[in-house]
Amino acid sequence: MTISEELMLQMYRYMVLGRLFEQCAEQLTHRGLIPGAFHTGIGEEATHVGATLALTHKDYIIPTHRGHVADIIKGAEPGRLMAEILGRATGYCGGRGGSVHLADAASNNLGVQAVLSAAYPVAVGAALTQKRANTGRIVLAMFGDGASLMGTFHEALNLSAIWHLPVVWVCVNNQYAMSTSFAEASAIANVADRASAYNMPGHVVDGNDITVVYETVREARERALAGEGPTLIECKTYRQGHSTFDTNPYKPQEEIDAWSKRDPITQFEQRLRELGVLDEELITQIADGVQRQVDEAQEFALNSPEPPPEAGVEFVFRSSEVE
Amino acid sequence: MTTREITFRDALNEALREEMAREEGVFIIGQDIYGGPGGYQGAFKVTKGLADDFEDRLLDTPMIEQTIVGAAVGAAMTGSRPVAEIMFEDFITLAMDLLVNTAAKTHYMTAGQYSVPIVVRAACGAVGVGPQHSQTWTSWFMHIPGLYVVLPSTPYDAKGLLKTAIRDDNPVLFLEHKKLYNVTGSVPEEEYEIPLGQARVLCPGDDVTLVAIGYMAGLATQVAGTLRDQGLSVEVIDPRSLAPLDMETIFQSVRKTHKVVVVAEDCKTAGPTAEIAALISEACFEYLDAPVGRVGAKDAPIAHNVGMSEYILPDATDIHEAVQSVVAW
Ligand SMILES: Cc1ncc(C[n+]2csc(CCOP(=O)(O)OP(=O)(O)O)c2C)c(N)n1
Ligand SMILES: [Mg+2]
Repeated sequence: MTISEELMLQMYRYMVLGRLFEQCAEQLTHRGLIPGAFHTGIGEEATHVGATLALTHKDYIIPTHRGHVADIIKGAEPGRLMAEILGRATGYCGGRGGSVHLADAASNNLGVQAVLSAAYPVAVGAALTQKRANTGRIVLAMFGDGASLMGTFHEALNLSAIWHLPVVWVCVNNQYAMSTSFAEASAIANVADRASAYNMPGHVVDGNDITVVYETVREARERALAGEGPTLIECKTYRQGHSTFDTNPYKPQEEIDAWSKRDPITQFEQRLRELGVLDEELITQIADGVQRQVDEAQEFALNSPEPPPEAGVEFVFRSSEVE
Repeated sequence: MTTREITFRDALNEALREEMAREEGVFIIGQDIYGGPGGYQGAFKVTKGLADDFEDRLLDTPMIEQTIVGAAVGAAMTGSRPVAEIMFEDFITLAMDLLVNTAAKTHYMTAGQYSVPIVVRAACGAVGVGPQHSQTWTSWFMHIPGLYVVLPSTPYDAKGLLKTAIRDDNPVLFLEHKKLYNVTGSVPEEEYEIPLGQARVLCPGDDVTLVAIGYMAGLATQVAGTLRDQGLSVEVIDPRSLAPLDMETIFQSVRKTHKVVVVAEDCKTAGPTAEIAALISEACFEYLDAPVGRVGAKDAPIAHNVGMSEYILPDATDIHEAVQSVVAW
């Protein structure tokens, strides 16, 4: 598979957008404007962007709580996304969901499952609809290394395999679940090695290499559409702190240093320079364009009204919408 | 309207059949609901024969309660209308997270972008199968905003309510009492639906109101018959669903009779009778001539031994005594 220059630039641009968008949200958290914690995907952009770009607009996605850039690629407007993160009325869920319960039905984004174990069964159900109605769409379900150790993983992956469902399972293995290291929490080194237990292909890939992530998910998508069933892909990557206020005291410094040399954006930028796809001028141009987009998103969100408190009891049932 | 006598089980079966025929998106997912040639066709045979016409709509799964309910949610979010079967209500605890955190909250969390039109059917009630196969749990679920809880007590209600539940856009927990599966009753040949949240007056009366749900509704009706022979006019009301809960019908009756007993099979402590009694006290305090009476199971798991389980569960005698005690107040 060859990746066009255009797509490479798109990949680069989205990774930069993901990073600047989340850095902006982090700053808003530090300013006390975002209720609760905010989780970034900083350091793992290649996985989120590469996997999501392998989808079409009509495919479904269940992103992780770090997948804000996946939301945007799928079709969410950065302004309304930031508004939801801030809990504002103009957000996708009118402020009820926030970052970790964000969903956007218009772009077939099924939403983050914040009770992490729930993503697997929901993905199976969504894939079941695609298969039964022969829609030609797949479901991309993303989850962390920590979440891969939950019971529903087993139930759902097995079911997806026996039913040959069009689902692609992508594990974002960023090595930690809060302060629990995957190396200590898992009996085996690779999540994708578990694929053999479900008789499906398993791939361990460098999650900081965006083209590899893209190509692997793309192939798994084609396989799923051909009726050959699901694939389990594990993207090895690394994250910053768990959430805004985490300073990583549980991580060895050498590990942090080693991974910082493998930053997905810096690496890809270097590669694209070598390929002659990017130069200093274009890099600045992209950075400026993305920064403007993020500034606009922030401005839209900050200028958005708070929802009326009494709207907090709307939408409990389907009919309450009409009332 | 032409009617015929059919069992509660067949009434449910007809509802499933008709709704699958009516809409492509309806399918059934659960354990051993078909089981292939010679298979179980449902632990309680509710899905019997459906495979003849709808084999591809009976999705047998392994024992994965979380994923049965969770997959129903994901399918519903993408346009299907699944009916999930949990073999015994006791096992619903495995799927609790998917039911209360995912199914019940999705419409809310997404501000109505997604809805979850699922029905989760489960067999409740004690028939001598011991502590982990006998529960009737309702108050856990009526406590959850975003979830409906339905418990039919007759074949007529079973069919009409299941059809409505399948057509409803919200998640519905539909509880079927094991002792009712073989009970017969008259059911119209013609298509009908019963709105959720509409209580039924099983027998009219003026002296005492008896609110009883699920299997208890039948017992309450028997007790009302006995008491009528003794000169006491008892109005029996079956709410039919605990969420939505038709309190207006109950209030009207209490304003007329001034005395009320509430009956459910759950443990009495924090059971549905507690909520209903509290609502009656709040709305009808000045009409009451006696404290609201409550009948429920003793606070114990349900024993396998018949004598023990009969001691634990509420029965006609308990209901009879409770009515007499409010009358004597
Ligand atoms: C069922 C459940 N248990 C615990 C949590 C709290 N929690 C939120 S994120 C997180 C870490 C998850 O680790 P992982 O799956 O590796 O994803 P990561 O945060 O590393 O992206 C935990 C424990 C949760 N959201 N859901
Ligand atoms: Mg992790």
